[in-house]
Amino acid sequence: MELTEAILFTITTAATPLLLAAIGELVVERSGVLNLGVEGMIVMGAVVAFVATELSGSVYLGAFSGVLAGCALALLFAFMTLTLVTNQVATGLALTILGLGVSGMIGENFVGQPGIKMDTITIPVLSSIPLIGKLLFDQDLIFYISIFSVFGVSWFLFRTRAGLKLRAIGDSHGSAHALGITVIRTRYLAVLFGGACAGLAGAQLSLVYTPQWVENMSAGRGWIALALVVFASWRPLRVLAGAYLFGAVTIGQLHAQALGFGIPSQFLSALPYLATIVVLVIISRNKRLTLMNTPASLGQSFVPDR
Amino acid sequence: MRIELERRPAHSALFSALSPFIALGLTVIAGAIIFTIMGKNPVAALYSFFIEPLTEVWSLHELAIKAAPLILIAVGLSVCFRSNNWNIGAEGQFVIGAISGSIIPIVFYEWHSVLVLPLMIVMGMAGGALYAAIPALLKTRFNTNEILSSLMLVYVAQLFLDWLVRGPWRNPEGFNFPETRDFNASAILPEILPASGRANFGFVFAIIATLLTWFMMRHMLKGFEVSVLGQSARAGRFAGFSANRMVFFAFLFSGALAGLAGISEVSGAINELQPVISPGYGFTAIIVAFLGRLNPLGIFAAGLILALTYLGGEAAQISIGLPDKIARVFQGMLLFFVLACDTLIHYRVRIKSAVHANAAGEGA
Repeated sequence: MELTEAILFTITTAATPLLLAAIGELVVERSGVLNLGVEGMIVMGAVVAFVATELSGSVYLGAFSGVLAGCALALLFAFMTLTLVTNQVATGLALTILGLGVSGMIGENFVGQPGIKMDTITIPVLSSIPLIGKLLFDQDLIFYISIFSVFGVSWFLFRTRAGLKLRAIGDSHGSAHALGITVIRTRYLAVLFGGACAGLAGAQLSLVYTPQWVENMSAGRGWIALALVVFASWRPLRVLAGAYLFGAVTIGQLHAQALGFGIPSQFLSALPYLATIVVLVIISRNKRLTLMNTPASLGQSFVPDR
Repeated sequence: MRIELERRPAHSALFSALSPFIALGLTVIAGAIIFTIMGKNPVAALYSFFIEPLTEVWSLHELAIKAAPLILIAVGLSVCFRSNNWNIGAEGQFVIGAISGSIIPIVFYEWHSVLVLPLMIVMGMAGGALYAAIPALLKTRFNTNEILSSLMLVYVAQLFLDWLVRGPWRNPEGFNFPETRDFNASAILPEILPASGRANFGFVFAIIATLLTWFMMRHMLKGFEVSVLGQSARAGRFAGFSANRMVFFAFLFSGALAGLAGISEVSGAINELQPVISPGYGFTAIIVAFLGRLNPLGIFAAGLILALTYLGGEAAQISIGLPDKIARVFQGMLLFFVLACDTLIHYRVRIKSAVHANAAGEGA
């Protein structure tokens, strides 16, 4: 029982950064913007959160700084793609390259330093429920935020007026503009939200998952998060399921490495990446289903006619 | 204050030619600011970064060594990007090209023959092309996003290389270091001018690939097909071009060139396989392709400039103690500025004060 609990607990820590980054990107893509810079925003969030924690001694100040770092990169992306209407794919790649470079420079003197781990917050009464109590109610703040964000985003997108407008922009920015909806401003806000989520995902990596700074420590999670959004056909609750599935694959391969089985560790490490491809193939095979769910203006630039 | 864009009636030839240079200028200015913030003399730092590597013959050879893979990969990517196929996995195709090209010198290491080198190159190109065929197949058969699938395959390729050099291909006489056997003399790509430096024939391949691709894009039907399908798949269909076949063509073409870059690098510069064989050439080549405006001749020049950032990063680390990561920062900034400047080709940028914008709004 103890072991099961421990394994389930590690799955939640592996899934949380994927969940946060994917939920953020989901909102961005629902507004019709494709930000491929998630990887860069995560890695910047991780390094800034770690350095700020080391300097201030407070993990919460650190995590908040990580969120701000994600927002800063997102703002740069928004200015480029929304105001200067640059190609979204190329700009997203530029953001990732820049993020990996700048994070390496910022973290230069912090590599290998022992970090501070974020404490768990125990919710009384609920945490005493057998099996799931500790798992769901004795966790760190970022875990709670990640779960809350799923339901919050779901409620926002499908139950509020602002969410309806955001989806309308993503499906047809021209019509939305004609109806008087402020396309560019809404997209700015969506991209910033995505940046904040990715920054927090990075903070989780360097403050909870492995409390230290390692160069390129995001290790492709930003790209997996992008795949998760497609996998979830742009629905928040499915992102939750997908992120935990990938968390389980990640932890499963780590345990398999520890046990040996005679399989080379590199093959097991490749599993999450191969699983991403397999899942993408399965989901996108049904062309009609994909077309129905994909925001129709995804990745297209918008310049209002006056 | 707000920024507004106004579409130009026709795209501006002036800015089309100028924009890469404006971008370079802005990158240098931003670099100077970063150096100043880091407490370095910006003039001295920029000198050691961008000028010093160009002042000696041996380091010009190093420039050619770094530029060759960038140009080879970027020329291939330009065909991909022009046809609207987003191959982001050139880094993986580079690695697989290096591995498949190295089968002969590592497995049959005692075979000395003039056939070895040509076979290695053919196998390297085939390996890169086949690896690139995976995202193409998934895109055409299953409608799978090629950006994500090609990128995921980069990690898989890197892990596969890591396994090979630590496992079955590790040099049995190598004191347990994670390296393969050294290539024998007939498996090493010769140097162009051995008297003055170590630049190898990989650079010649880059020149040939540039010229052939330029010729194809400019004077052959295939090049026209690439552009038409890239700009409008619908128009391409009316012209009788197949979008699916173009996906395969673009991926196989760029994969083969990335594979060629991989085997040339291993055979010419490293002479063995190691766990890591590329400082991110496959990703930097994306910047090269855009800086060169997706034009093979422009890409050749852009490849030399990006190669300089690698050399400059190393030089600045040694001479003034800057972290070598600064090279990546420069590369990222450069791509940002290139993309921003390209806006000027299609749009006029108007900066309006809030008062004016309001007045205009009421007038309309």
